[in-house]
Amino acid sequence: MTLRFSTAALAGIAAVAFAAASGASADTIFYPHLVYRSGAYAPNGIPFANGVADYVAMINARDGGVGGAKIELEECETGYATDRGVECYERLKTKGAGAIAFSPLSTGITFALTEKVAVDKIPLQTMGYGRSESADGRVFTWNFPLLGTYWSAADILVQHVDKISGGLKGKKITLVYHDSPYGKEPIPVLQDHATKYGYTFEAIPVTHPGVEQKAAWLKIRQTRPDFVFLWGWGVMNSTAIKEAVAVGYPREKMYGVWWAAAEPDVRPAGDDAKGYQGLALHPAGADYPVHKDILKYVYDAGKGAGKREEVGEVLYNRGMIDAMLKLEAVRIAQKLFNTKVVNGEQVREGYERLELTAERIKELGFEGLVTPLKISCLDHEGARKARIHQWDGQKWVFVSDWIEADTKYLRPKMEAAAAAYAKEKNITPRSCS
Amino acid sequence: MAELGPVLEVLLGGLMSGVLYALVALGFVLIFKASGVFNFAQGAMVLFAALSLVRLSEWLPFPLAFLLTIVIMIAVAWAVERLVLRPLVGQHGLILFMATIGVTFFLDGFGQTIWGSNVYQLDLGIPASPWFLLENVFPGGILVSPIDVFAAAIAGSLVLALSIFFHSTKIGRALRAVADDHQAAQSVGIPLNQIWLIVWSTAGIVALVAGMAWGSKLGVQFSLSLVALKALPVLILGGLTSIPGAIVGGLVVGAGEKLAELYIGPLIGGGIEYWFAYVLALAVLLVRPQGLFGEKIIERV
Repeated sequence: MTLRFSTAALAGIAAVAFAAASGASADTIFYPHLVYRSGAYAPNGIPFANGVADYVAMINARDGGVGGAKIELEECETGYATDRGVECYERLKTKGAGAIAFSPLSTGITFALTEKVAVDKIPLQTMGYGRSESADGRVFTWNFPLLGTYWSAADILVQHVDKISGGLKGKKITLVYHDSPYGKEPIPVLQDHATKYGYTFEAIPVTHPGVEQKAAWLKIRQTRPDFVFLWGWGVMNSTAIKEAVAVGYPREKMYGVWWAAAEPDVRPAGDDAKGYQGLALHPAGADYPVHKDILKYVYDAGKGAGKREEVGEVLYNRGMIDAMLKLEAVRIAQKLFNTKVVNGEQVREGYERLELTAERIKELGFEGLVTPLKISCLDHEGARKARIHQWDGQKWVFVSDWIEADTKYLRPKMEAAAAAYAKEKNITPRSCS
Repeated sequence: MAELGPVLEVLLGGLMSGVLYALVALGFVLIFKASGVFNFAQGAMVLFAALSLVRLSEWLPFPLAFLLTIVIMIAVAWAVERLVLRPLVGQHGLILFMATIGVTFFLDGFGQTIWGSNVYQLDLGIPASPWFLLENVFPGGILVSPIDVFAAAIAGSLVLALSIFFHSTKIGRALRAVADDHQAAQSVGIPLNQIWLIVWSTAGIVALVAGMAWGSKLGVQFSLSLVALKALPVLILGGLTSIPGAIVGGLVVGAGEKLAELYIGPLIGGGIEYWFAYVLALAVLLVRPQGLFGEKIIERV
């Protein structure tokens, strides 16, 4: 009886496995999705994950997938923990027809995967995060920090406060940062600029997850910096705003990086967050053509990943843009290799030819949501622009035009850091000519 | 005098944070004192209670939501007693501790599944803007946060109530008897199951109060369960069985870590607040292995 039962069970398992395998192989590309829908960073992880899931679902429903290939998306929960992120990567990298690319939404996981993706030949798309020097495509062949690195972000913020304050000479800037690879990224640029612009710079670390910041803010109360830059993530951001209120530091003088300037960062602080400012890689809002399609094909069909009213939040839109850029790279690779089902190595070639013109942005329904960008072998960042937006208590309102990071200063710095990395890891940089 | 102002301010801020740590530590002490179980799930209970309250208050008037949350926490206590502790009566303390780790993961996951993982705002109507004391003595005054003062007041009254409960009531004495020896207490007719239910329910209510105090400061979200880890050095310092120990331990840790972060931190790169509490606690253990207020246990072999 036992024997018969186990034989039957085995046969059942085999049948299911076969069905799953055959289902995946017919013109289907595999989109692994590292998410965090639980844990300390979930409030920020969820809208981003929903943006990705809904965009992919819409493309599947509206266009039948990308270039004739259905997209199979599988989420893996990392909880923003580096070890779990690596585990997810190992589990998903060879699934289906092979992973097209990874986006871990964590600088810590990005640091851990950078060496692995080069061996496994899978691109690592880190839109608006990751290692700043990975914009140098000669050394970081597999990394694509699209749309802006933290060095670009720091440069843009300094440019902005320099402009509005009539010069930073003799002023004081304090950075309150998440004590992790992410939070430390802007420090070299802010230090360089302290000399160039003539301000005094101080950096105050906040330990994960960032719920205990009283000491940091009491220090700020004593030193009274002219501006506070906030490089936080998740609950650290809303806590920082609340602590600023508690020590009476004006929110108008606080600037968050683009990961510290979304709805989950300001809403928990209620009315006290009014006036807080931050970088915006793109606008919030759900009035763009792509949103109409998402609502029509996904939410009207009852298949939305989140709540209908959350479509169009800052991080939701960022997730959507992240997915769109990845699928654009896939589309280019499909044409280049004349095949529907592409692997990571082919998608990398797609990324390196990725060019988002104003015309193409319009075709995709993203007009006004994303700036044009052009990736090349030499430059894996593609665009380095952001705007400043301010929370008015209800919504984000732009208070600056697009500001472009200073490439003349950043590029040599990036190249030097990339060269140092190459030397340390014994990598011979590719030639891009 | 001008330089003394900031030090006093940090000291005061630290003491206030310390009261909040003490509030969480109190939940640990209660259960340990009455059942000899180190309840690792206390943090998860703080999160679960606060989440229940904040989500229920979206549907119900606040006092009703508060009462319903108390009922929920009693239900949790009942379930823990029935499903986890009762089958393990008489087992080694370590086994019971491991079981509470299981409860932690369950409550964390279950709470987020039914109530959601977002940040929820808990507005208790306490002004967020700071008060400034002694403005004519120190330039800029000494800053005090009203939320901290409120939390300190709540924690203070809770401690007073619990001390009276433990020392002057029949149930309190029964609780202490159970803590000394489960089986011996049972043999003299103390209903172990009831006692456990009472003490876990009380810890659940303490968790709710701690969750409200922390939640109004940070927003109600997952990190509340991590805040509970701050109670561990407090327990090491104050001793696992002493309610005054939890309070004094909380105050020492709160003030110590803030002062260290501000005045020692810059010398070694900052961000020391988190581990400094443990260093402080370990230093105390070197001198007093039972903690500041713990009972000295002598076992003859």
